[in-house]
Amino acid sequence: MATKASRSSARLMISPAVILLLGWMIIPLSMTIYFSFLRYNLLQPGSTPFAGWENYYWFFTDPSFSAAMVNTLVLVTGVLTITTIGGICFALLLDRPMFGQGIIRIMVIAPFFVMPTVSGLVWKNMFMNPVNGIFGRIAGALGMQPVDFFGQIPMASIILIVSWMWLPFATLILLTALQSLDQEQLEAAEMDGASWPNRFWFIMLPHMARAITVVILIQTIFLLSIFAEILVTTNGGPGVATTNLTYLIYVSSLLQYDVGIGSAGGVVAIILANIVAFFLMRMIGKNLDA
Amino acid sequence: MARAISTKSKMFNTATAGTLGFLMFFPILWILILSFKTEEDAIRAPLEVLFSSDWTTESYGAVQARSDYFKHFMNSVTISVGSTLLGLLIAIPAAWAMAFVPAKRTKDVLMWMLSTKMLPPVGVLIPIYLIFRDFGLLDTRVGLTFVLMMINLPIIIWMLYTYFKEIPGEILEAARMDGATLREEVIYVLTPMAIPGMASTVLLNIILAWNEAFWSLQLTSSNAAPLTQFIASYSSPEGLFYAKLSAASIMAIAPILIMGWFSQKQLVRGLTFGAVK
Amino acid sequence: MGHISLSQVTKSFGDVNVIPPLDLEINEGEFVVFVGPSGCGKSTLLRLIAGLEDITSGHIAIDGQDATDVPPAKRGLAMVFQSYALYPHMSVRKNIAFPLRMAKLDKAEQDRKVEEAARVLNLTDYLDRRPGQLSGGQRQRVAIGRAIVREPSAFLFDEPLSNLDAALRVNMRLEISELHKQLATTMVYVTHDQVEAMTMADKIVVLRAGNIEQVGSPLELYRKPQNKFVAGFIGSPKMNFLTGKTAAAHGADTIGIRPEHLEVSRESGDWKGIVGVSEHLGSDTFFHVPVADSEAPLTVRVSGEVDLRRGEEIFVSPQLEHLHRFDAQGRAIG
Repeated sequence: MATKASRSSARLMISPAVILLLGWMIIPLSMTIYFSFLRYNLLQPGSTPFAGWENYYWFFTDPSFSAAMVNTLVLVTGVLTITTIGGICFALLLDRPMFGQGIIRIMVIAPFFVMPTVSGLVWKNMFMNPVNGIFGRIAGALGMQPVDFFGQIPMASIILIVSWMWLPFATLILLTALQSLDQEQLEAAEMDGASWPNRFWFIMLPHMARAITVVILIQTIFLLSIFAEILVTTNGGPGVATTNLTYLIYVSSLLQYDVGIGSAGGVVAIILANIVAFFLMRMIGKNLDA
Repeated sequence: MARAISTKSKMFNTATAGTLGFLMFFPILWILILSFKTEEDAIRAPLEVLFSSDWTTESYGAVQARSDYFKHFMNSVTISVGSTLLGLLIAIPAAWAMAFVPAKRTKDVLMWMLSTKMLPPVGVLIPIYLIFRDFGLLDTRVGLTFVLMMINLPIIIWMLYTYFKEIPGEILEAARMDGATLREEVIYVLTPMAIPGMASTVLLNIILAWNEAFWSLQLTSSNAAPLTQFIASYSSPEGLFYAKLSAASIMAIAPILIMGWFSQKQLVRGLTFGAVK
Repeated sequence: MGHISLSQVTKSFGDVNVIPPLDLEINEGEFVVFVGPSGCGKSTLLRLIAGLEDITSGHIAIDGQDATDVPPAKRGLAMVFQSYALYPHMSVRKNIAFPLRMAKLDKAEQDRKVEEAARVLNLTDYLDRRPGQLSGGQRQRVAIGRAIVREPSAFLFDEPLSNLDAALRVNMRLEISELHKQLATTMVYVTHDQVEAMTMADKIVVLRAGNIEQVGSPLELYRKPQNKFVAGFIGSPKMNFLTGKTAAAHGADTIGIRPEHLEVSRESGDWKGIVGVSEHLGSDTFFHVPVADSEAPLTVRVSGEVDLRRGEEIFVSPQLEHLHRFDAQGRAIG
């Protein structure tokens, strides 16, 4: 169906999207890289001299940098562990026959549609507040000392909130993958004498492997950029206990107005995200012709 | 699998899944309840809240009166719908061309477009912020609409591409053999077949834009602030007013929660870029 | 109306040459079948005629007019696709009327033609259904209906029966043949199934790798295949081939003999073998007999219920007047 006439009009139809995305990518990206080599602070107007690797030096030697890297890692792996394992369990459960499946499914998925600022504030106040929050009330009713979530276990609290929002995503995708499993395969395995754990381990899990990888990669991309949940709950604190890379860059650029150091941090974030993106793109690419 | 499943095991599954589902949904349910309480009642013990306090809608009125909820709601609508429609306008021709007139490099172009989505927003925060500052776009709806369109454009193109791809090429060839011009082909055959896919794309992207909370927090403050920013303003002192916070939260998430329930299937397709079917 | 002529037509996709220079005449009212194994270029050839692909070089003329650069819709041809390509969002009526609507015919005329086509194809009761609610055979008929309302100068069929089950396929084969008799319009039909080719065609074009191997009536191809490829492709079950000394005895590199042209005897004959697998179809029985100089066991057809058992030693002899001889290049001798 591809005739010569349609070729040239096709090129014309793609170009607005390509030009826009190219501009969106190249202009800010090259500016970030350029700024990262300047001594440039918005509070000190005037010259912005070339600074070499100075910004990177300051960014890397800043004690909050290593803390932020560790926090980012803890946040991402914590949420990934909870959502992946939880997602597999939820998917297996929801795939079984039951009454009111539609309603239950909707209840499980709902948190994904809650905007990050709402879930941050709701968990912080209505649940994790040591005095009036539900967790505090329950602890009190049981005669225990209520936990000061954001004071004592700030990172774990953030992980809990973020996991609540992303568990539905993992569940939904893994359930979709599980439902595409050919029932006859399972029946064949059953005839072959495989018990349920065996069927799970040798048939279902390998079938879901691809979806699990996708869940992990896509969540990683989003989790590296967690911001709103931290802003409305802890503001990165106490100290730097919940400052992740994204939040650190926000602090140094828009709160301390240091464009140079903030940009150096931005470049680091881009490189990190690209490592994940590389693997994700390879998986998407493999599926593209299918 | 035609096999009798005992009612007993079905009941057991229902109970287990129902409990877990209820726990997941509970925070939303809880703020729905609190939003219909007075401030004094809302901070009482949970059981008292449920069984020994009155119901009222005063918090909803208070939220509107204190912080002009409706303005921010309209901002959210304008920005999310605007960015989606704008994106659609640019994405439809691009996706159409890539799906129906594939060239050697189509795959590479598509992959490259997707890869722009992987760029962490914080990596381009400063340039965008400075550009917005210099062009007076900070805290404007136009500015945020444009940014959200750009970050969702790859997803829109991708989703439309996968939907268009599902329309068999033979049908378009049949239309051509039947004497349809390119214009007629698009109007009578392609568009009716593509409408369900386009609707899903629109739905998912409105949801994503509605809940976007990085750029809306960085680039708006009051005038153009959508609901994400509006809620964030409840973070410190007002956070102690449970009933009002709950009412504001319910009003911020309700429209999208309802839309979201309709778009579960598209969610998988849109957010996994087709890597999971 | 309905004369199609291809001269020196070629088609390449990038560096891959799918159709080498090819000449072909399709006469008015003829039922022409393109047949060949998958990937032989038969569908491409059909699409070139339809105008759905640009030809790389050469000329196509329809009814004496050069149609090389004419867009598909203007060639006056109608096509029935393998997937039927029905518009899923339109009712059967609207599907059939679509080409008329595109041709801006007035509404009454459209209705009349759609009713007429529906009557011919037994679709009257289904006119208001959507394609999704129809069976495979009914969809096939809608696709044909959409083609006939245009009153094209020729019909193009691209493997139209390959998605139907065996019984339905036989029915539709008859219906299409019947339709050809009624309309007397040129039909060009692509299939990989030589049975369809043999039963429907006035003229068969056997293709391999874009080359025309032979053109002729079904019986011509059956009786006088010009080469080993055509000999092996036409006829069912396939022709047996023997090489080596056995072939040399007949003055050829390879000899071919159809299963129905072999005689069986317990006592004497040309080739000795042991009975292998046998297939009893009731009317016929096929024996598979391994013999010297043949890679695969010979397939032998005997009528009815001949009582030969597995492991029995028998003799098989060819009917000499039906023996095909081929040289080292696979060309037929004599």
